[in-house]
Amino acid sequence: MTLELGLNQQPAHTRQGSSIGQPLTRRDGFLKVTGTARYAADNHPPGMLYAVLAVSSIARGRVVSLDIEAAKAHSGVVEVMTPLNRPALATDPDAKDHPFMFRLDLLQNDGVRYPNQSIAVVIAETLEAATEGAALLSPRYETEPARVGLDGAESFVPRGVGVGNPAVQQMGDVEAGLESARTRIEATYETPAQYHNAMEPHAIVAAWDGDRLSIDTPSQGLAMAQGRIAGLFGIAPQNVHIRSPFLGGGFGSKGMISGPQVLGILAAKLVGRPVKLVLRREQMFGPVGHRAPTRQTLRMGMDGEGRLTAISHHARTTSSTFDDFFEPAADASHTLYASPAIATSHDAVRLDTGTPLFMRAPGEATGSIALESAIDEAAHACGMDPLEFRLRNYAEVEPMTGKPFSSKALRECYEQAAEAFGWAGRPLEPRRMRDADGYLTGWGMGTATFPAIMFQAEARAVLRADGSGLMETGAQDMGQGAWTAFAQIAADGLGLDIDQIDFRAGSSDLPNAGIAGGSGHTATAGMAIHNAGAAVIARLADLATRNEASPLFGAGNEGVLARGGRLYRRDDESRGESYTEILARAGLAEIEGHGKGAPDPTSQEAYAKHAHGAVFAEVKVDPDLGQIRVTRLVGAFAAGRVINPRLVRSQYYGGMIWGVSFALHEEAVTDRRSGRIQNANLAEYHVPVNADVPSVEALLVHEDDPHVNALGIKGVGEIGITGTAGAVANAVWHATGVRPRRFPIRIEDLLG
Amino acid sequence: MRDFDYFRPATISDAVAAAAEPGSAYLAGGTNLLDLMKGGITSPERIVDISRLPELNRIETLDDGGLRIGALVRNADLAHDPAFAKAYPAVAEALLSGASAQLRNAATVGGNLLQRTRCSYFYDTASACNRRQPGSGCSALGGENRLHAILGWSDACIATHPSDFCVPLVALDAVVEIEGKEGRRHVTLEEFHRLPGDTPQRETVLQPGELIVAVRLPAQAASFASHARYLKVRERTSYAFAVVSAAAALVVDRGKIRGARLALGGVAAKPWRARSAEAVLLGADADEASFVRAADAALADASPSGDNAFKIELARRIVVRALTSALAGTPAVMPALPASPFSSLPGVRHDA
Repeated sequence: MTLELGLNQQPAHTRQGSSIGQPLTRRDGFLKVTGTARYAADNHPPGMLYAVLAVSSIARGRVVSLDIEAAKAHSGVVEVMTPLNRPALATDPDAKDHPFMFRLDLLQNDGVRYPNQSIAVVIAETLEAATEGAALLSPRYETEPARVGLDGAESFVPRGVGVGNPAVQQMGDVEAGLESARTRIEATYETPAQYHNAMEPHAIVAAWDGDRLSIDTPSQGLAMAQGRIAGLFGIAPQNVHIRSPFLGGGFGSKGMISGPQVLGILAAKLVGRPVKLVLRREQMFGPVGHRAPTRQTLRMGMDGEGRLTAISHHARTTSSTFDDFFEPAADASHTLYASPAIATSHDAVRLDTGTPLFMRAPGEATGSIALESAIDEAAHACGMDPLEFRLRNYAEVEPMTGKPFSSKALRECYEQAAEAFGWAGRPLEPRRMRDADGYLTGWGMGTATFPAIMFQAEARAVLRADGSGLMETGAQDMGQGAWTAFAQIAADGLGLDIDQIDFRAGSSDLPNAGIAGGSGHTATAGMAIHNAGAAVIARLADLATRNEASPLFGAGNEGVLARGGRLYRRDDESRGESYTEILARAGLAEIEGHGKGAPDPTSQEAYAKHAHGAVFAEVKVDPDLGQIRVTRLVGAFAAGRVINPRLVRSQYYGGMIWGVSFALHEEAVTDRRSGRIQNANLAEYHVPVNADVPSVEALLVHEDDPHVNALGIKGVGEIGITGTAGAVANAVWHATGVRPRRFPIRIEDLLG
Repeated sequence: MRDFDYFRPATISDAVAAAAEPGSAYLAGGTNLLDLMKGGITSPERIVDISRLPELNRIETLDDGGLRIGALVRNADLAHDPAFAKAYPAVAEALLSGASAQLRNAATVGGNLLQRTRCSYFYDTASACNRRQPGSGCSALGGENRLHAILGWSDACIATHPSDFCVPLVALDAVVEIEGKEGRRHVTLEEFHRLPGDTPQRETVLQPGELIVAVRLPAQAASFASHARYLKVRERTSYAFAVVSAAAALVVDRGKIRGARLALGGVAAKPWRARSAEAVLLGADADEASFVRAADAALADASPSGDNAFKIELARRIVVRALTSALAGTPAVMPALPASPFSSLPGVRHDA
């Protein structure tokens, strides 16, 4: 769909040359700050009904009764959907054809396998009636004991972790490395369950027209959602039209279509009218994924010069009883620090929770806080400055694979961030710095890293006789700025000013833009856009250079440049003509081209591809009361080509603040007996507020990467969390002398 | 939505008459009640909306020098009233440390006194809670109770009262003015909230239908203005309830403590007046040793109700710090981070 630009929006700044690299403000910013951006739940098709989930209050067992009569008797209630009358599906929701196909709770039976699982849907004329109807169901259960916590069940080694990585990996002889070490450390860290908690809850407005389905719902992966829904309902994918122009955050929880969203579609089918279903905040703590808790043990050995002789990283994590997602926390130790021996391993327990899922920097965030803490402990054990220790163990090639890096400006990140922060002169010993007011002051650092991933994407470009351009790809804007960054790439790809192109995205009837996840959306869809632009420009050049009437005749496609709506001879820029002239001469209303974005298998095999960064944190801690305040954060990041420095900086800020959140705030508190989450609301599930982040600085370090893709883009969506969380933890140690071993860090951990 | 009757009285007596019906609830700012209704924690059959009663909206100085604050005065309006903040700085600081700017704009004085506990089991209708459903038990016992009470709790209930505002108020001998069918009565704030005992559902001494019309501060409360602080410790800088808080107010003359007030928040089912600590302080040297003795006295009867033993030591230290800060003197301007241990750090607006 087209971004409905606000009437008062100023045109983009007048610029010379390329759009890429310009710090444009968000093209959708006007719509958002004026409240006119239409999110999924803002849609109200005629005849629409409201659906509200009834969810389980137990963790494990089965529903033995629901008072359907009472709910239906409530004024305004139209229907109650339960396992007894739920419309049939073409695919078993418990089937799993591939690792990205997560099992869904779609009222397939009366079983309960986690708290907040859907057990019925009440459909009514008003939200209030549906809400009360759901309350009137008064479910009764047969309850079995809940399995809770990292030791809540028998552990096992999963077949794979993350996206199919081996659970156990080894390079070199770790035990020998530890044996030969001059200095050794061993430490165990715990991280809690965390929930994505996007501001916008999962919402869907679904309308059926025969076997055609029209949906408004936020999705980070439109084509995957379309395919999954089509499979469940046994209809052709092109019969499913999903509109997702804006997401109020996703963070991975909107990567796959979730059970509640499908229940909204089922409800619409059951009643034969459009239905809206919006999750309540507490209902987001269960069926839409979470970051699983971990317990990680790191062992490191160092020689007399502070060089690592071995890294061993073991992670215990959890999954649900009925599906597989295993947080690949230990894999964080594969790429950052040079060591002759590295061993990583995972084991897991199955608990009565919803299935964990990708959550912003899955594996990297949890693994990084443990790894960066342990590196800090190792540096201190060697009597070395943490930055010096990291430089001593700088990986010139990817340690686990021995592959060269496609590019790696981490050294520059360390230098620039340390300089901006003022790291020099930091005392090695903890509890040595106090400010004028007597607060304990600590400085800590962490290394940030995230792989440069690409998926598959397609785009379609059109040049029109009036000289304007069109670029289409079903990209997803989660708030990261896709509407703007992709329009910039499109403008350059078409050789037009950004105001001369119509960029369409956020709809499943556009070319598949792949998933907005894995920090790979800009690279993947951006390359599709770039290539589509190149394809249509090639057609245009073809028209011109083969026509004797054109000043470009005989230049050959390689011999022309596209810029500002004109083609020029590369060897003589005084000779050129406008797109309009070329198309008019050819008698064409428009021409089109298609492009794809995908990883290059050859370079994939040859190079390790990662973005890097360095984060420095200053904290103050009240010496008596243990309250922590992060007073400064400075990060420097190298992630290849920057399309829009304003948006990229915002991504780093957001990631860094999430890192603070990881270290100091976020935790789902689960009742040890019932398995119910006790703080399933934003008053008690804490994320930082403005007052918690007084000073955040993100430096963009120049990095040219000729191998990741033609545009040189790596990705910036997730890296900011990594490094930051560890930097804050290390700063807390430096301030207090107390080494944080569980997160978030609590006042009682520092009271002494 | 569950149907309820809605009644908007024109006068206080109409309000009291209307609320005398069983199942009634007064609605003022609605910052707590509406959440409780949406969550199914309370289901009043009749809402008596007092939010437009004009006579409850005033701040008045009384003939005896005391202050009378109408029950509908908004938290933000009271905190930003210059005369009030000057005379009762610890109260203003407590108000500004509570909730968020948006909530403070809506929440009222009377409603603040009557806000319900933040115990998660009280809010979770699938859990047992004697406060919500008498006789059902207490799921917080043996559960996730890191933030629960360390003073005055019982086996029936270990919840805490979440108010910041009430903590300096109880220290300053505030009095609650109550209108009922039998007329008007005055109850000290210290007596207003009840400890749980065997009847945690009875949270205050209000009789059914009674209405808080005002909170009074006696003239003497202003005598602490130059040495009064509120200190609130929590893990998030704003929009979080206290792990433990304290209000301290002193009158100091030539190094001797001539007047002392101390109360704790986040430690019990009521704002906790620490009279034994005040007794230790009165006449003592204004120094750290006295403050430590006072802290020991304040927490002498404390005991953990679960995984919260740390709160006892934390409360001791907060008492010492609050008294130390009060001795140092009330800041000339409201700190950037009100009530925070980091209140002296510059650079943050106080309503951040």
